[in-house]
Amino acid sequence: MDDIYDVMILGAGAAGLTAGIYTSRAKLSTVILNQGATGGQMVLTNEVANYPGVKTTRGYNLAAIMKSQAKEFGCKIKSNVRIQNYDLGGKIKSVELQDGRTFSAYSVIVAPGGRPRSLQIPGADRFRGAGISFCATCDGEFFTQKEIVVVGGGNSALEEAVSLTKYAKKVTIVHQFDHFQAFEHAVQEAKSNDKIDFIMESALVEFGGEEKLDHVMIKHIPTGETRKFSTDGVFLFIGYLPNTEDLINHIQLNDRGEIVTNSSLQTSTPGVFAAGDTLSKQYRQITTAVADGTIAALNAAEYVAKIKDKSIMAYAS
Amino acid sequence: MTMLQTALHEIETAEELRKIIDEHENVMVCLGRMGPMCIPVYEAMEELEEEKDHIKFYTMAFDNPEGSIIREDPACQDFMGLPFTMYYKNGKVAHATSSIQSMEQIKDVLEKHFEN
Repeated sequence: MDDIYDVMILGAGAAGLTAGIYTSRAKLSTVILNQGATGGQMVLTNEVANYPGVKTTRGYNLAAIMKSQAKEFGCKIKSNVRIQNYDLGGKIKSVELQDGRTFSAYSVIVAPGGRPRSLQIPGADRFRGAGISFCATCDGEFFTQKEIVVVGGGNSALEEAVSLTKYAKKVTIVHQFDHFQAFEHAVQEAKSNDKIDFIMESALVEFGGEEKLDHVMIKHIPTGETRKFSTDGVFLFIGYLPNTEDLINHIQLNDRGEIVTNSSLQTSTPGVFAAGDTLSKQYRQITTAVADGTIAALNAAEYVAKIKDKSIMAYAS
Repeated sequence: MTMLQTALHEIETAEELRKIIDEHENVMVCLGRMGPMCIPVYEAMEELEEEKDHIKFYTMAFDNPEGSIIREDPACQDFMGLPFTMYYKNGKVAHATSSIQSMEQIKDVLEKHFEN
């Protein structure tokens, strides 16, 4: 077994990196294990204009600074790892990676974040990068003067649909309900855009084409009627899924797979704290993730201090 | 002038790319921007560069006019998502992908084409 860290953080998004900054600055030995790329959902944000103290920045810049801050305080960061087994119940908590390495710590902060929800329908894998996209700012220009579909009804879907009209000749929003979940101003902006059409109470059931996507099959949910709809591309903005599947037997999750904690961000397992977008909470912003990371780190530090005090007392007595 | 902020070497000219793929058996080049679909691929490449000595890892900026050598490659004809990632074996395109790729997906391609 490798050395025992004071704190092990699972996830390197805004919450995990913030926790790493706090615990390593408090001189607690800290390792961050991240199953994806550093920055999490933060790097998916092209422009961040509401992070206090910073007028505007790009998500990847903010992530890069947080990562470098954590490393400068001595935090070790290991990205793109695959965790195979969790053992979080005891006084020493450990995880085993797919490559055989084991990491152990007195306290764990779980901040695994989420991933964009995709459609599990025929053609979804085949046409990714050949007509299916998740990022308007990355891929919008490939659809200049083309006709595209945007799937979703939240703020992201409507705001990105408007943004895509800079490139596309026509944008059709397909949404499963008869109303949108987005804020009213976003709905109004989309509705007042001449380039945007709407297909409500409908869902995509198939992506089709030869070398690249050229149509989708759209099902009208109330009637079950399905029709072929020609399109050059599809942008999916249908929310996020929490990356908590592997934690189901280790900490309490709610029925949406979100982590349940108390106000100290302690999970149902003593010594295991949680932070970020996978918490059961109302708002998910970079600022809220940063706040969660701070709270979880301070409580983990207190927990570690108590554990270590008890160990010293036991040894002395 | 380089345009991408990564720890990987950024190829700046088509001539440099040709020289690299002529001189090395296994080359991976990611043509992209500093965007959310590209950054995870760069980060995976940075980690792989430390462990795979027999493969050369490079970036190239999508907005560099010299990047047309990749943008106009027949393998990228139907690509509609950044980044364009090229895998060259003995000077020829062995594989190419469009849009974000996970570490596992990249490792699968490297395994298939470069691990013989």
